Amino acid sequence: MSRLSEERVATAKEIIGRFPRRKSALIPLLHLAQEQDGYVAQDAMVHIAELLDLAPAEVYGTASFYEMFKFHPVGKYCINICTNISCQLVGAWNLLHHAEERLGIKSGGTTQDGLFTIEDVECIAACTEAPALQVNYRYRYKVTPESFDALINDLESGKLTGEVPPHGTLASVRQTTTAAWSNRGVEEQAQVDAR
Amino acid sequence: MTDTAAPKTTVSLTVDGRSVEATPGDLLITACERSGSFVPHFCYHPRMSPVGMCRQCIVEVEGPRGKSLVVSCMTPVADGQVVSTTSEPAKRAQEGVLELLLANHPLDCPVCDKGGECPLQDQAFSHGPGESRYVEEKRHYEKPIPISDLVFLDRERCILCDRCTRFAGEVAGDPLISFTSRGNNTQVMTFPDEPFSSYFSGNTVQICPVGALTSSAYRFKARPWDLEQVESTCTTCSVGCRTVVQSSRDELVRYQGVDVESVNWGWLCDRGRFNFESVNSRNRVHSPLMRKDGTLVETTWSTALDAAGRILRTVLNDKGPDAVSIIGGARGTNEDAFAWAQLADSLGVTARDAQLGDGLPAEVFALPQATIAEACASPTVILLAPDLKEELPVLYLRLRDAAEKRTTRIIEVSPRATGLSRYAWKSVRHDPGDQPRVVSELLSDRDVVDQLSRGNVTVVMGRGNLAESPEFTLLATGAVLAAVPTARVLPVVRRGNVRGAVTAGMTPQRPDADTNAILSSIAAGKVECLVLVGADPLSDVPDADLVRRAFASVKHVIAVDTFVTESVRHAEVVLPASAYGEKVGTTTNCEGRVSDVAQKITTAGTARPDWMIAAELALELGVDLGISSYPELRDTMTSSIAAFAPAADAKAVRGEGVLMAQSAPIRITATPRSAAPRLTHQFRLHVSRVMYDRAVATNESPSLAPLAREAAVHMNSGDAQRLGVRDGASVRLSSNGSAVVLPLAIDDAVARGVVSVPFNQHGSDIRQLIRHDVAVTDVVVEVI
Ligand code: SF4
Ligand code: SF4
Ligand code: FES
Ligand code: FES
Repeated sequence: MSRLSEERVATAKEIIGRFPRRKSALIPLLHLAQEQDGYVAQDAMVHIAELLDLAPAEVYGTASFYEMFKFHPVGKYCINICTNISCQLVGAWNLLHHAEERLGIKSGGTTQDGLFTIEDVECIAACTEAPALQVNYRYRYKVTPESFDALINDLESGKLTGEVPPHGTLASVRQTTTAAWSNRGVEEQAQVDAR
Repeated sequence: MTDTAAPKTTVSLTVDGRSVEATPGDLLITACERSGSFVPHFCYHPRMSPVGMCRQCIVEVEGPRGKSLVVSCMTPVADGQVVSTTSEPAKRAQEGVLELLLANHPLDCPVCDKGGECPLQDQAFSHGPGESRYVEEKRHYEKPIPISDLVFLDRERCILCDRCTRFAGEVAGDPLISFTSRGNNTQVMTFPDEPFSSYFSGNTVQICPVGALTSSAYRFKARPWDLEQVESTCTTCSVGCRTVVQSSRDELVRYQGVDVESVNWGWLCDRGRFNFESVNSRNRVHSPLMRKDGTLVETTWSTALDAAGRILRTVLNDKGPDAVSIIGGARGTNEDAFAWAQLADSLGVTARDAQLGDGLPAEVFALPQATIAEACASPTVILLAPDLKEELPVLYLRLRDAAEKRTTRIIEVSPRATGLSRYAWKSVRHDPGDQPRVVSELLSDRDVVDQLSRGNVTVVMGRGNLAESPEFTLLATGAVLAAVPTARVLPVVRRGNVRGAVTAGMTPQRPDADTNAILSSIAAGKVECLVLVGADPLSDVPDADLVRRAFASVKHVIAVDTFVTESVRHAEVVLPASAYGEKVGTTTNCEGRVSDVAQKITTAGTARPDWMIAAELALELGVDLGISSYPELRDTMTSSIAAFAPAADAKAVRGEGVLMAQSAPIRITATPRSAAPRLTHQFRLHVSRVMYDRAVATNESPSLAPLAREAAVHMNSGDAQRLGVRDGASVRLSSNGSAVVLPLAIDDAVARGVVSVPFNQHGSDIRQLIRHDVAVTDVVVEVI
């Protein structure tokens, strides 16, 4: 439950500056919040509402459309196991049940050490490699119970730290644009108002 | 066609075989309705932008490319369209949409407040398929959940039409509800822990096309087929919104807004909507009361009138008419005030006032006047007024709408930010007493001069600060009128019928006879008998010390009221008055619009309308006012007071009502000046009203009473830092030899150097620091 850090507020302001209307920056700012806490905290939404001159209900209304924004703390690694048709035909349920047993949680739950959350999801567009899963949105293909266990071991031991950053982490290379570039094509507020 | 052809101002189309003219840009659904064809619909609302949410309004249109089905609330009219609202494809589409809307609807009509007046129920019958193919389990939610103190939400019944959410964002400017979890589980929801505490929340209950939103005041109180109703006008504030008053078993159960173009567009504020509860209160005065051994005991009308007559006769005989004063009249109808003014005239009583020391000098009604509609159509509105969102809420909605449509620019000059500040083109803060200087300065600003030249200018002026003499706002208004001679004024008096009461004669008939002067004369022993007509000076007059002194020395108080208020407690005789909904009459709003108020229920106990009490008291005193019935009274009033002449026709005061006749406008001649600047270690006091206070109609309405808050001293964070005081700390404000202790609320809406305290809230009474004869109130703030 926290507001955005000073550093993130600075980034937020830079992002806001790229849009002719403040509220266009809503989604990027929600990502900043999720990066900070691993999920979108309630206070962070209030803070974003202040930054964008919106009501918190408007922020929540938009944010809650997106499955990938979490409103409760989730594990450092969020594992999405596809249970849609192609994966189902080649053992997705089996895999899901194995995962639940291996981690001692039901789908939707988070392990007590805060490391793992598992979710069953709809098609993640990897049908040719079924059954598929994502860990923090990084794909693993043709997953078997054995390869799932190996994945968990690797994540626990830190072997994949570089490859799979904690849940919420945004691209490490930030897009940088000069002021002149970032304002290209942007209309002045007055022009927008005049329409 | 050539490029030079003038654009057509109308188009013609055919709807169900009839031809209709429409204006380009009109929506098909409005053209259909105008032609007499009802199109089923849920989300479309004529006062909000169309969104095409429900798809119920499908019609078939034949255009150049053949026939197609369109949603008529999102399709503009076009020349030559051939529309069918009932063709086979249109009907099938309408039935299909209804079947889908009902797929998840719980159909708990028998226990639903809306059942019987429900658009979904009605249109399921008129335009539905009659049967559903759905056998699956419906969606389930916990029901109902409170989303505010006044509104409950049943998500199972919601058809996601976006009316409530659109209203909250688009009309009220309080986007506190939103669609969340959009997709299969879309639902209307607030932000966690932030309730839908909009001042206008009741409107969402009224416009919800199903029973998803219900109000705590009306839930399970009545069934629509048990309701009786009559159109009336809200008299809670001086906007004068048109309402329909509904009762069941001779008890008021609900007010709904009625759409009139010139005033409220169908909206009501929550105070006006829910304070009918006070009319039903058990604490009403049901029979006359007389003081006996120090307490008020019930008596009969003849005994009470006899006693009141005796008091008045004695004082009049012994001390003359100047020893009697009357305060009140603004809570009643025009006719009530007129009858009391007649009585006063016949007795020679000149000291009478319908404003309770918190109004505007009556001369503002004689300045060139603007209507609400004219104000909202002016390119420039200059706001020298209290926070309209708090005091005249539906006027706030209208001005906000004008500003949002960018047809009006608001220039606000106020000691603190108000509800309209965020919509203002310019919002300037000032020290109380300095408004004339700030306005004059603005009037020479290049941008402002430019703006003022863009068409009509309306000054919305009112009493923004009860701790400041009204003369400053008057002078500031004068400055605008001098700079822009065509400018007009919309005077925003607060109480419901101040303007009507003043026009009817409940206004001082000689200099120095207004409420403050009356109270001073009482304190000085010059006035012996005070008659209160629906007035509670002890709670309402800003100068608390003056009222306290007056009530300590007054010999006789005769009160006409609906409740035993603080002031009524001091009366020797109390005559019970009929309340709103219990009597007929007309009322006058801030723009001078006269419209009728209607009787819906039998009056409480043996209460009588104010006018009847005046007539009977007159008879006791041997005077015949010549009034024996309401129609007679009205005829006398409209024929003897020129301003009310247009209201003579009973039909004229229905619906939109009618504007009073205006006499030749006066000018303000005094030259603007400001109060002396404050000393640097002091703060200048700003006191203003908020929506929910301890006013009797709010306090006696169980739904509203809990909404009044604790008083606090609002101070800018910069000042708080300078004083080293934290939010919530106790501070002592002292001035004029009095002091109050209140918690501090850090609030950057307040200008530096100003402290702002809401009027009549729970906690210490800020009025102790206010003196009516001091132009501005400077206070010392100490941290304790
Ligand atoms: S609660 Fe009522 S008004 Fe609001 S979206 Fe649902 S059906 Fe429409
Ligand atoms: S704005 Fe005034 S007149 Fe309108 S409903 Fe509210 S209190 Fe009544
Ligand atoms: S069904 Fe699993 S990835 Fe498409
Ligand atoms: S009324 Fe047209 S889509 Fe709802």
